[in-house]
Amino acid sequence: MAARPRLAVWKFASCDGCQLSLLDCEDALLSVAGEVEIANFVEASSAVSPGPYDLSLVEGSVTTPDDARRIQEVRAQSRYLVTIGACATAGGIQALRNFGDVEEFRRTVYARPEYIATLATSTAIREHVPVDFELRGCPINKAQLLEVVAAFLHRRRPTVPTGSVCAECKRRGVVCVVVAQGTPCLGPVTQAGCGAICPAYRRGCYGCFGPHDSPNLPAWTRRLGELGLAPEAIVRVYRTFNAGAPAFRAAGDAAAREGA
Amino acid sequence: MTDRTIAVDYLARVEGEGSLRLRLEGGKATEVELRIFEPPRFFEALLRGRSYLEAPDITARICGICPVAYQMSACHAIERALGLRVDGALRDLRRLLYCGEWIESHALHIYLLHAPDFLGYPDAIRMAKDHRAAVETGLALKRAGNAILEFLGGREIHPVNVRVGGFYRVPARDELETLLPTLEPALAAAESTVRFAAGLPFPDVEEPYEFVALRHPDEYPMNEGELASSRGLALPQERFEEAFEEVQVPYSHALQARRRGGGTYLVGPLARYALNRGRLPPRTRSVVESIGLEPEVRNPYRSIIVRAVEVMLACEEAIRLIRGYSPPARAFVEPPSPFPGGVGAAVTEAPRGILFHRYGIGGDGRILEARIVPPTSQNQARIEEDLRHLVDARPDRSDAELTDACERAVRNHDPCISCATHFLRLEVERA
Repeated sequence: MAARPRLAVWKFASCDGCQLSLLDCEDALLSVAGEVEIANFVEASSAVSPGPYDLSLVEGSVTTPDDARRIQEVRAQSRYLVTIGACATAGGIQALRNFGDVEEFRRTVYARPEYIATLATSTAIREHVPVDFELRGCPINKAQLLEVVAAFLHRRRPTVPTGSVCAECKRRGVVCVVVAQGTPCLGPVTQAGCGAICPAYRRGCYGCFGPHDSPNLPAWTRRLGELGLAPEAIVRVYRTFNAGAPAFRAAGDAAAREGA
Repeated sequence: MTDRTIAVDYLARVEGEGSLRLRLEGGKATEVELRIFEPPRFFEALLRGRSYLEAPDITARICGICPVAYQMSACHAIERALGLRVDGALRDLRRLLYCGEWIESHALHIYLLHAPDFLGYPDAIRMAKDHRAAVETGLALKRAGNAILEFLGGREIHPVNVRVGGFYRVPARDELETLLPTLEPALAAAESTVRFAAGLPFPDVEEPYEFVALRHPDEYPMNEGELASSRGLALPQERFEEAFEEVQVPYSHALQARRRGGGTYLVGPLARYALNRGRLPPRTRSVVESIGLEPEVRNPYRSIIVRAVEVMLACEEAIRLIRGYSPPARAFVEPPSPFPGGVGAAVTEAPRGILFHRYGIGGDGRILEARIVPPTSQNQARIEEDLRHLVDARPDRSDAELTDACERAVRNHDPCISCATHFLRLEVERA
């Protein structure tokens, strides 16, 4: 490529935290900006240039009819499309609506619900368009974000670990909160990437990075029960920021059936 | 003069998705709509049925820019419901964490989002080509705020260490002191930021704001204080709903707040400073006096100076809190047994202004109801008034000039749209 590769950042339903991670790369920000043309990043720049783009980073989930259309346009303008964060990869915390009655939600929050256009579900971007890579986390890890950007710019696969938080925790030398404190923890079933921060702060992992690629969820559900969690509490443990990730969704539904 | 409509589809350098639509008829602004089209996420609804212990983690996800504010308002509201008192070193650690968020959020706005307007650039990256030292100062300050969040919270965005009753883990004194070599130069950088901001060119504007903020007898308010306004309101913070109401407008996903029986008001740095100038810590106060900053700043463009003042006071406070720290006996205060349940409300000072939370909690620890009023939804209607005044003062400007001026006027208030939706595109229509 003779010209610098063109980067775009897109927002769907989200808290802005994952795209903020790019600005949080304080030490690397100016050098990244030297390597790429930031062609469309509305939150950081009023200079927006039209596509096509070499790499699009997509934050957020699809929750409105307009956004379901807009993601098609983003895909059409993007050579590579990478989704960043739990909203974009699993629907986010707002996917809890998928288990409830969105009409009732809308009436709870807004006095004039007829003004609000929303879909009944919050869904991951890959359910709407092909995605070239998914970067997990609520929020994403900024070092992993830099790795993904660098990898796509150099046309190689990103090196992002797919093991468990539990393994990450052991490598860090943290005392196991399950064994030592009897604290419920999702570390054995959650994908690595955060650095096992929760156990390092003496609390159980709550699953920000979603399920890893081969979690034994039935076994872990049983263990959570032995640690004293009632089925309805286990449902809540699986239904947080990655409630819409297929493995967590199945485990939460199974626990809900058991509690019913 | 022809009638016309001006529209900005997607406001830049604000957090979240918003637009602006102006309609001018005969040289007067007849419609000014700050639209928040960020999709609604229904937090109040999805909190119901969750454990009270989950509220700080779930509400943090309302906003990636100010998650600590959500965690703090949630904790204080729930603690009030349960009759918990969190004081001493735990209170100091919370204030320290909040200092980190104020530094990080304000430094982001001052250098990366707002300063380019004054110096004539579309963004900080392009501004850095000519003003590299200023942008690097901003990034270093931001890093210092984030260092507090990462150390005390576990990570910068959505910290994991905040718990109802205190923290999951509290640091030893020597661990906490590792922040000092970052914060001491940050205090000097913050002082130079105040002088940098004070030297920017400002349009000559005065707005008759009613300022609303917390006011505290002993300290610049973050977690505690009574509700106060520049027009004489003084009310215990848990009675927020007696003084303020939210109304829904058809063009926005954010509810707009107003004084009951009154009009619009402004929250955030300008309001906090006007109501708490006497509680600035000594070094920050001496810098404020040396630049001759007016006691009430009513020019919204000059908010960049006040944000810089708040960055400086947050650095100064953080250093004081670390030097005075001795670890608490316990990381958190437990709720009484049997678990009481109850209703509790609280207001804390997010970087963008007062953030209200109220929770009803059942005897089983589950949340029965939740209500959240973020700062940007409170400022929306007041921002529209700023825009109306701007258009009416110079209706002869071209569409392009007007659009640019309106976008700047919105950015003066650092709106956080992700928050307000629970909250922005500019259209100007000239009929």
